Amino acid sequence: MAMTIAVSKEAKHYKSEITPDWCPGCGDYGVLTVLQRACAELNIPNHEILLVSGIGCSSNIPGFFKSYGVHSLHGRALPVATGAKLANHSMTVIAAGGDGDGYGIGQGHFIHAMRRNIDLTYIVMNNEIYGLTTGQTSPTSETNMKTKSTPFGNLEGQLNPLALAIAAGCGFVARGFSGDINHLKTLYMEAIKYPGFALVDVFSPCVTFNKQNTFGWFKERVYKLEDVNHDASQLHSAMEKTLEWGAKIPIGIFYKNPNPRVSLDRLDSTLSGKPLAYQSIGVSKEIRKKLIEEYV
Amino acid sequence: MKNELTIGIGGAAGDGVASAGNTLAQSMARLGLYVYAYNSYQSVIRGGHSYLRLRISAQKPLNHGNQINGLVALNQDTLNRHLPELLAGGICIYNNDKLKPEKAPPGVQLCPLPIYELAGSTALPVMQNTVAIGALIQLMGLEFQALESVFQNVFAKKPQVVAINVSAAKAGFDYALKHFKPFSEKLYKTNNRLALVTGNELLGMGAAVAGCKFYVAYPMSPASGVLHWMAPHAKELGICVRQVEDEISVINMAIGAAHMGVRSICATSGGGFALMTEALGMAGIIETPVVAINVMRGGPSTGLPTKTEQADLNQAIGASQGDYPRIIMAPISISDCFVSVQEAFNFAEQFQCPVIILSELLLSEGNETVNVEFLEQEIKIERGELITPENSTMGKTYLRYLDTPSGVSPRAIPGTPDHLYVSATDEHDEDGVIISDVYTDPVIRKKMADKRARKMQGILQKISKPSLEGSNEAEVTIIGWGSTWGVIKEAAEQLTQEGIKTNHLHFKYLVPFHVKEVLDILKKSKKTVIVEMNQSGQFARHLSAETGFRAHAHIRKYDGEPYEPKHIINGIKQILSQGKEIVEVLSTEPGWRTPHPPGPGVFTQAARIN
Ligand SMILES: Cc1ncc(C[n+]2csc(CCOP(=O)(O)OP(=O)(O)O)c2C)c(N)n1
Ligand code: SF4
Ligand SMILES: [Mg+2]
Repeated sequence: MAMTIAVSKEAKHYKSEITPDWCPGCGDYGVLTVLQRACAELNIPNHEILLVSGIGCSSNIPGFFKSYGVHSLHGRALPVATGAKLANHSMTVIAAGGDGDGYGIGQGHFIHAMRRNIDLTYIVMNNEIYGLTTGQTSPTSETNMKTKSTPFGNLEGQLNPLALAIAAGCGFVARGFSGDINHLKTLYMEAIKYPGFALVDVFSPCVTFNKQNTFGWFKERVYKLEDVNHDASQLHSAMEKTLEWGAKIPIGIFYKNPNPRVSLDRLDSTLSGKPLAYQSIGVSKEIRKKLIEEYV
Repeated sequence: MKNELTIGIGGAAGDGVASAGNTLAQSMARLGLYVYAYNSYQSVIRGGHSYLRLRISAQKPLNHGNQINGLVALNQDTLNRHLPELLAGGICIYNNDKLKPEKAPPGVQLCPLPIYELAGSTALPVMQNTVAIGALIQLMGLEFQALESVFQNVFAKKPQVVAINVSAAKAGFDYALKHFKPFSEKLYKTNNRLALVTGNELLGMGAAVAGCKFYVAYPMSPASGVLHWMAPHAKELGICVRQVEDEISVINMAIGAAHMGVRSICATSGGGFALMTEALGMAGIIETPVVAINVMRGGPSTGLPTKTEQADLNQAIGASQGDYPRIIMAPISISDCFVSVQEAFNFAEQFQCPVIILSELLLSEGNETVNVEFLEQEIKIERGELITPENSTMGKTYLRYLDTPSGVSPRAIPGTPDHLYVSATDEHDEDGVIISDVYTDPVIRKKMADKRARKMQGILQKISKPSLEGSNEAEVTIIGWGSTWGVIKEAAEQLTQEGIKTNHLHFKYLVPFHVKEVLDILKKSKKTVIVEMNQSGQFARHLSAETGFRAHAHIRKYDGEPYEPKHIINGIKQILSQGKEIVEVLSTEPGWRTPHPPGPGVFTQAARIN
């Protein structure tokens, strides 16, 4: 992709030339549009964004978004994004992918990324199904749900990624709904601005393979935490809210640490100056001498 | 003997074998004497038999030799096992207050030290090591000063400790002068300036001087030494060093950092490398320069965590699905680790592909003296075609995966204005747009696969061709790869001296392969023998896959212990005299063996270091 515009203020400036190939009506369209709007409103230059994804329908998102991007391996968006952020901490690094990608094959990285607390924003397009592989069960599929791989119903329990995030030390934990675009935009902007690891889990329905958790299903159930005066600075009440599931399901900011832990990219003294990527490389004669001297 | 002495130091793990060995080796290095040390230890912190062999000479020894001239026994077990190995003229030093030798072989001098008398009855048990090393230095005919300066260096912050050690060592030194006969073989100091280093330390130091800025690891023996070098040097050198959750994360982070334009590297052993393989293919298709080190240990699976083997060649060649350009190199000596890692970074960046370094436990944890001048030599940093915010020209159409004659496309690092692209692990076109799902296009697919594959030709021109060492006219050609260079070289020379003219063809670069040049050499060879450290002949198969050439015979060892020159010499003789096709070598000396199952107490404080 050639030419970018130096200062972008409109969502269209974050649209790539490629038309998304998601099924018509897929929740991921909303996720993409909102991300473009959020970046426009935050006025982040395109070349200072790195969007890293894994593999899945949702993980195709970097191709449709105008910035630098890595469309990496299934489950590995977070380690790739972490390495990238440490190498160039001046960039806004956003990781994105599906529920299978982040909570299934990538769950180990998910927990440790939150514990590690690098300044990344992680968007999970949670459709409670494996879309790209044509509809198998996911860790976030509901118990008893029938899918291609569980034709008699899912025997396993449903993962609660938000509770897991709070337990793992994530300082910003939010959930949005692709059917409520303006609300989602605020979540993204808050997440990007948060100076540490920020999780935004998004209900992003798969209209083709998940006939249970549809747009209508979510619309009936979701309510906004801000409408019930939830205090996102309180860890315990945040945890309690993450446990709500059923007739009513909360969306919004569950937890935002009022005293954020200093993120790793700010703690590591080697990253205090110019980004590693922009430093000249090699060592001086004196330093080389000193290194050798240790063994003489 | 040619002005060299080989000393064995043995004890239970926890007796301080390694530190006694280090003190001795450092003293030798300060005297300008070369050392090659091999440590045969068990995977326990305490207990087990730990045995160190140091070969010391004014000419650089290339392996740990065939037998010992001197023995320092720190426990009864060592005395029982190794005393019989000493040849006439040999010397055995031990603590007379605690240990009782069986009968010494003829011509071997027993040197009992009254440790309580010399170090004081309240001294710590490890002081026996200090007294013994003092005595040993005397019997080797060397100056005490070098030993004293080592203590001053090691305990720089604790003057009392220096004093205690110096006086104990001096007591041993003086006692030996009065009571024992020195080695008939004398060592003399030289003016060589020598550094005593392990392969792991050189991998770390080599990466640092090559401009590495990112090191990420998950601990695994015998690769952890690289992490242990990097971590304390991180701040000073500005290298971001991270320990993360697993090797999958390790390699993906390394690639993430490399993608941003940072020289990044990671090291592991076979099991960790297995976890990294999918991502190596990613580096192949998104064309990210990354260096992955596999310090091989005995396999399969957990295998032999503290023993050496060359059995991950198949794994490296087969790492990850699909075809993609890669470089596989195996350092041929401890000092070559320093050069290899610098070359690896240059190749990775020039060709934008993963480089796999197959090091080996033998190199990584063994100590070797290296000339300081060698380490001071600068290898030019070559980054290939890199577009950065500083040098970029705006406004032109940029294609990240531009199809070029060399297959290498100029690489803009993210953050550079006006060069946006997405790197995708799906097959993509020159612009990085994926063609896999909806727009599948056979023509573009082939073009992009060919573009990447073309890099291998460029790489082949950059890496040096294997060449014969020794006479062109030889009866036997020994073929080896990686760590066995030094031991094969010595064996070939020895065989030639004995009248069996032998030369040596050694491989450092395994992929890509100089097919024509290698065939030209091998076609002229009379009897070809492949020496490798694995059971199935992984290199033999690789050679025949690349060239169609099948060697006449094979020498293999996979018992965990490294080759000694005598193993190869005997193997060649058996092949020549008995027409054997495969000689399997086994180290049966008691020194290399631990009674099994272990006796009581051995594992009581055991801490695994897998
Ligand atoms: C190592 C590996 N295993 C399996 C796959 C196949 N695979 C691709 S995407 C996917 C799951 C996708 O589900 P999710 O991450 O939820 O994304 P969605 O398509 O639902 O957006 C799987 C199993 C793969 N690409 N790599
Ligand atoms: S299969 Fe589902 S997740 Fe994938 S694009 Fe279609 S609707 Fe979206
Ligand atoms: Mg999904």
